Amino acid sequence: MKAFIQGAGCVSAQDSNVFPGEVRNYEGDRLPVADPDYKQWIDIKQIRRMGRAIKMGVAASHMSLENAGIKNPDAIIMGTAYGCLADTGVFLQKLVSQQEDMLTPTAFIQSTHNTVAGQIALLLGCHAYNNTFVHGAFSLENALQDSLLLLAEDPSRNILAGATDEITDFSHTVLRRFGLYKNAHTSGLLRSQSQGTMAGEGAAFFVLSAGKGEHSIAQLTAVEMLYRPASEEETTEHIRIFLQRNGLQPADVSLLLTGRNGDTANDRYYETVEQSLFNDTPVAAFKHFCGEYPTAAAFGVWLAAGSLQRGSIPEEAMVKGLPPVQPERILIWNHHHAKHHSLILLEKC
Amino acid sequence: MMTGSVWIAGGGVISGIGRNLGACVASFEAMQPGMAYMQHLHSAHAQTFPVVEVKAGNDELAAIAGMPAHWSRTALLSRIAAQEAWEASGLGDIRQYRTGFVSANTVGGMDKTEEFMEAFLTDASKGKLRQVVHHECGAVTELVADAMGVRHHVSTISTACSSGANALMYGARMIRAGMLDVVIAGGTDALTRFTLNGFNTLMILDQQQCRPFDDTRTGLNLGEGAGYVVLVSDAVAKGIKPWCRLSGFANANDAYHQTASSPDGIGNFMAMKGALEMGGLQPEDIGYINLHGTGTQNNDSSEGLAISRLFTGGVPPASSTKSFTGHTLGASGGIEAVFSALALRDGIIYPNANFSVQMHELAFSPVTAFSRGNHLRNVMSNSFGFGGNCSSLVFSKE
Repeated sequence: MKAFIQGAGCVSAQDSNVFPGEVRNYEGDRLPVADPDYKQWIDIKQIRRMGRAIKMGVAASHMSLENAGIKNPDAIIMGTAYGCLADTGVFLQKLVSQQEDMLTPTAFIQSTHNTVAGQIALLLGCHAYNNTFVHGAFSLENALQDSLLLLAEDPSRNILAGATDEITDFSHTVLRRFGLYKNAHTSGLLRSQSQGTMAGEGAAFFVLSAGKGEHSIAQLTAVEMLYRPASEEETTEHIRIFLQRNGLQPADVSLLLTGRNGDTANDRYYETVEQSLFNDTPVAAFKHFCGEYPTAAAFGVWLAAGSLQRGSIPEEAMVKGLPPVQPERILIWNHHHAKHHSLILLEKC
Repeated sequence: MMTGSVWIAGGGVISGIGRNLGACVASFEAMQPGMAYMQHLHSAHAQTFPVVEVKAGNDELAAIAGMPAHWSRTALLSRIAAQEAWEASGLGDIRQYRTGFVSANTVGGMDKTEEFMEAFLTDASKGKLRQVVHHECGAVTELVADAMGVRHHVSTISTACSSGANALMYGARMIRAGMLDVVIAGGTDALTRFTLNGFNTLMILDQQQCRPFDDTRTGLNLGEGAGYVVLVSDAVAKGIKPWCRLSGFANANDAYHQTASSPDGIGNFMAMKGALEMGGLQPEDIGYINLHGTGTQNNDSSEGLAISRLFTGGVPPASSTKSFTGHTLGASGGIEAVFSALALRDGIIYPNANFSVQMHELAFSPVTAFSRGNHLRNVMSNSFGFGGNCSSLVFSKE
């Protein structure tokens, strides 16, 4: 089942209309979010009480609905690896430091992983199918796959699908202890040739439907996940078969958009597979725009869909080759610690 | 593209009333709910709130699961129930099928993260990292998928108390789309201080045994456990004797309040109605309803009114097995799906414990006695949760 992306919205370290335009660069080991004015979509009294995962998710979902010209979707499906970390952290900290005494419900209520999709439904008064996937770097991918299945079952639907993840001071401190991050500058991140990357956060949502419409931005042709491949060879073969199943050869891909993040071992994996499969294909990356997080591929989808619509790839995204003019087809390949691989194929429409 | 039926090849449960499905059924038959003061969770509220713990420490569970005892209890419980489900299916070597594992949970490795925080809050360089490495919900699922030898698909769903039911739906839809042959689907959750205190702040924990669908009910008891069914395609079902068929399901949102149900249960109604429609069934075709029935004022009233509105010709026998197992949150949809599938296979209707006073707003009351030999054709299982997430499943004999 294919789908058409009818609208897209993104909250990230970049402005929501960054391409084509000036990319924001950052220094340090984490990228902040270029917050939009949340008052456009959320009551000001609620904003103060909401964690960023919720605010970003609500904002990106509303942007995508406005972009698609749709008021109320027929399904809300999202992915989040970490869930509502800010509220989880607040409740956990008080629970421990106050020895389970004098706790208040707000943080707990907002800590559940389905809070974001629930809030979106609540704000829209949307009674439709509502689902939340919480599976690390497969969270967005499962949300997209669930959407494609729903469209196969009922092609009349408009589906709101996306992902959100936030960084908190707690989570960043803990993840940094795992040695995941390094201090760098986003403009040089992909050439840094050392261990570690820069952390990121954000949300991106899409309105998907079975038929092409006047708002259609791009076609979502296929989504696939590969869990724990034994080797680069297995991954290579898997990508080849994935393309074949969609009637394509590697040479038919106008641009390979990879999840390179500046970590040597991480990026070498892409390089190895590219050498056997995508020798002549232009290659780009997106995590130097948005940072590394398990649902960062949502930013990649947003970037790719916009690029197909505009007919151009931002120069700053390129890793190898020249930016293709009027690209037909973008394959997003993201992996997280070589354990979770996702393939998302988008085409011009 | 979306064709064929999805069958239940087997199921497994570990809960506070038994370490396997047979032991759980024996507890129902003996009318022995599992509420007790906590023995394994260390909480300031240990003497205040009864809970329904799995009656084993992590060392013992780890030995059964064949996993290290320092892993999250959520994973240990999950592994034990998933293995029981697989063995019950009689499908043999898991590697001969395109198998998926769709597991739901709400706490992930929170039990270990709580331990980590004690040290971390005194000094941010302290706390063992191995205690947070499986914090994410998906990490728990992968520990079990890896132990089971599942490679084709792994995913985790978290929609609060309806999570487990949504796992069955997603698994069934992947089978119908021809993507997988077999899916182990359900949910797991361990008791944690996080959830115990969270529900306490909402003031919906009963200090006595919970009384679902009773007019004097004052809240729920938290439980823990895991429950999985093995879903199979028509082709795989041909070689075995399946328990029943997953004939209908629906997911709707109440869109009323983040943690409360609408008074008339609009989301509940839509989920039940949608599940019947998909199964091509009328309300009178349902022989037993496994209620969500948490024992809170709000849930039982909304669910009861929605049932009354849908089942206009009379409400079939209905009961909340949470009156025995407690509310196992992300696991409950999985555990109750197994109970519902077994109900069809063996003609069982489960009792609702602690019922004595008819709810004033309802014309029906729950079944209070265990019985076998019932001629059930179709069984409904309800799971409703925070965030307005409402799901219903319908199982059919044929």
